[in-house]
Amino acid sequence: MSQWPITLRRLFAPSLTEGAPPADPAGMAQLAAAVDSAARRRLGRSLALRAVDAGSCNGCELELHALANAFHDLERLGLKFVASPRHADVLLVTGPVTTNMREALHRAIEATPDPKWVVAVGDCAAGTGVFAGAYGVAGPLSSFTQVDLVIPGCPPTPVQLLAGLRCLLEPG
Amino acid sequence: MADDLLTYLAPATIVTWHRPCTRFELDQPAWRLLVERMAEADWSLLGLWADVDWIHMALRDEVEGGVAVASVPVIDGRYPAVSPVRPGAIRLERVIRDLWGHEADGAVDTRPWLDHGRWPDRRPLSPHPVATPPDAPTAEAYAFLPATGDGLHQVPVGPIHAGIIEPGHFRFTANGETVVRLEARLGWLHKGIESLMQGLAPADAARLACRISGDSAVAHALAFARAAEAAADIRPPPRADWLRAVMAELERIANHLGDIGAICNDVAYAFMSAECGVLRERCLRAAAACFGHRLMFDRIVPGGVAGDIDADQVGVLRRLVHGIRPAFRKLIDVYDNQASLADRLVGTGTVRPELVHRFAAGGFVGRASLRAVDARKAAPYPPYDKLDWPIPLFGEGDVNARVWVRIREVEASLDLIDALLDGLPGGPIAVAMPARAGEGLALVEGFRGEIMTWVRLDAAGRVGRCHPRDPSWFQWPLLEAAIEGNIIADFPVCNKSFNCSYAGVDL
Repeated sequence: MSQWPITLRRLFAPSLTEGAPPADPAGMAQLAAAVDSAARRRLGRSLALRAVDAGSCNGCELELHALANAFHDLERLGLKFVASPRHADVLLVTGPVTTNMREALHRAIEATPDPKWVVAVGDCAAGTGVFAGAYGVAGPLSSFTQVDLVIPGCPPTPVQLLAGLRCLLEPG
Repeated sequence: MADDLLTYLAPATIVTWHRPCTRFELDQPAWRLLVERMAEADWSLLGLWADVDWIHMALRDEVEGGVAVASVPVIDGRYPAVSPVRPGAIRLERVIRDLWGHEADGAVDTRPWLDHGRWPDRRPLSPHPVATPPDAPTAEAYAFLPATGDGLHQVPVGPIHAGIIEPGHFRFTANGETVVRLEARLGWLHKGIESLMQGLAPADAARLACRISGDSAVAHALAFARAAEAAADIRPPPRADWLRAVMAELERIANHLGDIGAICNDVAYAFMSAECGVLRERCLRAAAACFGHRLMFDRIVPGGVAGDIDADQVGVLRRLVHGIRPAFRKLIDVYDNQASLADRLVGTGTVRPELVHRFAAGGFVGRASLRAVDARKAAPYPPYDKLDWPIPLFGEGDVNARVWVRIREVEASLDLIDALLDGLPGGPIAVAMPARAGEGLALVEGFRGEIMTWVRLDAAGRVGRCHPRDPSWFQWPLLEAAIEGNIIADFPVCNKSFNCSYAGVDL
């Protein structure tokens, strides 16, 4: 069988994509405090995201991947993942920041052109989570760099991720 | 010399508080003889790990099926190496030295593995850590294995990769486009989970076990819980066993669906990725509806499970299985008839069966190269002792074969969920963990293959030592063999077909 019967049925069936959640009010308040409105205007209404795993268990990565599926369809909001930090407006950092990843993360932040936003995705990036106190953990992220937005959760669900990321698209 | 493993070890001292298999204490000369014997015997290495003064090794007799743990004391910081006869032990010996300072005499490879020269202390798990000297060589100074010849060039990749993926460094040596050698350098995610677990109540340590590798949250939590229960000499209630299996099969299906889609996506066939993504999302939503968490974190606890399901939730799972089955069948038909997929995936990234056997690699990596070992059947744990299902086996050892193993396992797991829901017993879902000392070993089949977890509980019932061994330990080295002779551009799809865990081995 070829893919076309399935594709054709998808074309005429109701869309799987669900309405995106509104921007999370808590995230809006954080951003207002962290980023000046000039920078927010410059970044505009379409953002390039770059994910950096700095010690995650890979749970957050699974849910970041789920943002691309037909139910969540991240790109309709003007958000897309890019391969290089040099092309990114937003760094999404997961994990408690291990000692072994600290330098690589630092280089990724340095490689991202200003103005940029750094988002702590998940409880580990927000505050080292269940890995607090481990000898191989150097985090949390906020001890190395300014964190503009925190999306909590272990891991955050795709809907929580969308609600957080939408804050970045709202005019300041 | 025809002794089986248990007969061979029988003269050694038996540790009475180790369950369910036997642990034998050997002196160093006896351990040396055991290692010599392993050169001829078909005893596969299940794990090699350290305690304060001991090295433990779990083995399975592949002919007779017996599992045993052999232990040797560390004397003057040294023990006889296993790596000369079991290449799967190479990285494990390097980890033991990095974390404990125990040196393996005669080790094949003495380079550091997890220690990148950045931790405040060296040998962090040993009772006597030493401060890392300021001039310690860092990861940049790592001596990659050489490859020499005219026209060879190196391509360094990582630790941060293009994509939403875990960090690892890959050093390719290529001749034109063809890979001559690949060497992986991992350890970037090392947090110190084993150290964090020490001193915790099993219920708290289980939260860490869930986060060893998030995609295997159920499997690792199950392995930890079973090891802790064996150590405390208790059995969870039957209903807990069956609910655990429902979660384990749901996790397997969700991960395999994600992998099948991602492998096709890596050769630019986005249709399959989109369709498999829809099915995977339906699995995660059913998991959230029935177990309260999309990835089923913290649902399995030592002693049982954290929550029960009611008739409505059984209905959710039934509808999920009955919805996925026909949709998946159509996708497989598409996969099987797409010439562009066959062109890229057949004959790509081949691993020979002898190599899979030498490393005792399990899961889809093993079963795509004729190694049929499945922990659910090799040493059946409840409820799998009451169920039957086919174990898929392929011999080509290429990316395509690893996809087909996953396809057949999705089908088998869908049927298993139906069977589990049919036979779901009533009764309680958990028992209390007693404060009791003991040691336990558990073997559990995760979606990647066999997880081995060993737990020592102290007299207060707290975790004295825990060692979780992810299946990826014995699969990562084979990826280096699989890519040889392939083009660099095919590395992503080869890597995805292995889908080894970075977090699970970095710990």
